[in-house]
Amino acid sequence: MRYIEPHAHMVSRVTDDYSAMVTAGCRAVCEPAFWAGFDRSSVQGFRDYFCQLTEYEPRRSAQYGLPHYSWLCLNPKEAEDLSLSEEVLALIPSFLDRPNVMGIGEIGLNKNSRNEVSIFEKHVDLAVRHDQMMLIHTPHLEDKWKGTHLIVDILKNHSGVKPGRVIIDHVEEHTVEYVLDAGFWAGITLYPLSKCTSARAIDLVEIYGTQRIWINSACDWGNSDPLAIPKTAILMKRHGHGEEVVDKLIYQNPLQFLSQNPKFHLDEIQV
Amino acid sequence: MNYSQVTDLYFLEARSRLIDVAAFLDRVERSGGQEDFRLKSFRAALRELTTPGSEKAKKVLMLLSDPTTDPIPQAGGKSACGAWPEFQG
Repeated sequence: MRYIEPHAHMVSRVTDDYSAMVTAGCRAVCEPAFWAGFDRSSVQGFRDYFCQLTEYEPRRSAQYGLPHYSWLCLNPKEAEDLSLSEEVLALIPSFLDRPNVMGIGEIGLNKNSRNEVSIFEKHVDLAVRHDQMMLIHTPHLEDKWKGTHLIVDILKNHSGVKPGRVIIDHVEEHTVEYVLDAGFWAGITLYPLSKCTSARAIDLVEIYGTQRIWINSACDWGNSDPLAIPKTAILMKRHGHGEEVVDKLIYQNPLQFLSQNPKFHLDEIQV
Repeated sequence: MNYSQVTDLYFLEARSRLIDVAAFLDRVERSGGQEDFRLKSFRAALRELTTPGSEKAKKVLMLLSDPTTDPIPQAGGKSACGAWPEFQG
């Protein structure tokens, strides 16, 4: 088995997880910027975090022969502080030419507030101006349907957004169709309690097909599993899906999407 | 997978979760408190499960979602609770 983990927060995982992922067939890992579990107090905290994502973490990953890529942004959970958000938005461009940066992410919404919408729109503008791909977080639980609709509508109304270069993550049964119908890629996140279980993810693939869909573990310091992708692949085989379908979902599809950025390749990268 | 294969693979897991739901409701009712919007949404979702038709997961998710479309003035916190506080049933 071979797979790409397109969404994992490795800064919050132990190195044993790298070892287990590589042993299971992981060929590359992508790490979007996220909330640290607390609000950072200054733009310097973000500078340090972006250095961690573009310097330290790729070196840690490389010890296991695993190429590591990152996405940069301010998470919507910190968007209520508008002045700090503006400072971080101004900082991001200085990191975009680093060799492992894939684009802007994971931007999006959390509680669907006006300030979150404003900062999301500014991230989208930033991505368009710098010709960056986007990885987008949709809200949790009761806020997901509304947030997904707000996000898709904002993106559709922006003339510079190319839907094929945008992945909208954490879709579930009530949001996947809206995302795919608008031409975006859809990410299915495999979580034990929230988001999708492996069985539900496979349901979505069986109903909507394998075009423009990837699965990810989004493993972080919460209830999550860095081996969720290979475990789902095994369950897909129990459902009767052949190697080709499984490989498309867990390897070829993320490869196709990520390869739109010429920096993405499966060899070791120099940082 | 055909009917037999699906039920062979998933019945015991679904049975376990069904009993967990039943035990959860017993526990809540034993606690004697006033049911809030979460339990009201939950019970509405349970009724949906016995309604004939497809897309049960989607319908349940919608019963547990904020169905409005305008951004809220300000985020009061960062967490989600799993149900829409204004759900009336």
